[in-house]
Amino acid sequence: MNEIKTLIWKEVTLEWRQKYALSGMLLYVVSTVFVAYLSFSLRRNQLTPIVWNTLFWIIILFTAVNAVAKSFSQERYGRLIYYYSLCSPQAIIISKIIYNSLIMLTLSGIGFGIYSLVMGNPVGDIGLYLLSILLAAIGFASVLTLVAGIASKADNSATLMAVLSFPLILPMLLMTIKLAKNALDGLDWSVSTDEITTLLSIDLIVITLSYLLFPYLWRS
Amino acid sequence: MRKIWWKILCIVIIFYVIVMGLMGEVPHLAIINESIRNTYYHVALWLAMTTLLFASMVFSVRYLIKGRINDDDIASELAKSAIFFGILGCLTGSIWANYTWGDPWPNDPKLNGAAVGILIYLAYLLLRSSFEDEQRKARISSVYNIFAFAVFIPIIYILPRLTDSLHPGSGGNSTFGSYDFDNSIRRVFYPAVIGYILLGLWLAELRIRMKRINRVREEIPDSAGHVTH
Repeated sequence: MNEIKTLIWKEVTLEWRQKYALSGMLLYVVSTVFVAYLSFSLRRNQLTPIVWNTLFWIIILFTAVNAVAKSFSQERYGRLIYYYSLCSPQAIIISKIIYNSLIMLTLSGIGFGIYSLVMGNPVGDIGLYLLSILLAAIGFASVLTLVAGIASKADNSATLMAVLSFPLILPMLLMTIKLAKNALDGLDWSVSTDEITTLLSIDLIVITLSYLLFPYLWRS
Repeated sequence: MRKIWWKILCIVIIFYVIVMGLMGEVPHLAIINESIRNTYYHVALWLAMTTLLFASMVFSVRYLIKGRINDDDIASELAKSAIFFGILGCLTGSIWANYTWGDPWPNDPKLNGAAVGILIYLAYLLLRSSFEDEQRKARISSVYNIFAFAVFIPIIYILPRLTDSLHPGSGGNSTFGSYDFDNSIRRVFYPAVIGYILLGLWLAELRIRMKRINRVREEIPDSAGHVTH
């Protein structure tokens, strides 16, 4: 437990020292939202809630892939060996997943704020929408962390990251979009229990698998 | 000539399925009519594919535990023949859908899930081809293979059941087994599944043997080179 806490703290300090990484991601979200806004601005009144919702999640998906992709590749080889000799792989993967979830929460929270500022906010049930953002942030972060670990071992890791992660993340994305749509329409929470439990169970499966499989990845 | 019996069995079963599938008795149902014969091909191909992918995952797990490169060869070739069956399953399903649902690719969650599933495994092949070192390739693609199977099953078998789908067994439609699966179908369907699994194993086995021979051939000039040095 202590090990994980130290590792997360280390990630946060690293991020804080080299601010360009996080601010780069923030700028990425903001400019993507703005591009979407400008592209739609001529017909903003024709933007149906479904398009609004889908566009938001696609922006979040690309942000997630870009933000998490660097979680292994930004560290130098020597430093990875140093970690290898110090801590257990389980602690590393758990700390990376928690840290990436936090990053994703920040990014998608800020993204949601700006998006609803410029594109209007038709959400009926903000609480449920925020819950879907929370579940998606954790789910995306955990799938992408393991995939980033896999892709970082190969040479052309940027292409590989997209190719490997998009199909894997799709069921989660579809479930999230559906849950978010329910929130958008302001439906009762009992309607969405199916989606929430499915998302939670996918998250759980993915995190367990990452926990079990990462040690084998780490060794090479 | 050793262990040839299962290949003969495979050929016999496949011929039996082709002949009985086209000529045997089938129950008469509305809309589906004679196209119910596609059950022997489409449904059986998907079941065979899932079985092969499961076997592939088992060999990947075995590789990670024991670290023998043979297990990884088996896993990757099983996955390849499973992808082959998946594409055939998509084609046969497309023909069936054209005549019963009126569209070769209706917007159905199970179809889209199948397409995504095939994409996942094509990505697996891409991942394999991007490594030079054998052990490294084997270890990393085994990790991905296990992960992929765990995502594949929900995409194909669980998520479509939560939403409305044209396929049986989802969105309030009943499953196959419940009412229209009578004995005349079962007599051909179960052999068909076994036949396709055997065919897939045979395909995989040939390619595994090819791979091993190639590996030995690559090693021979290497060791000869070392001797001259």
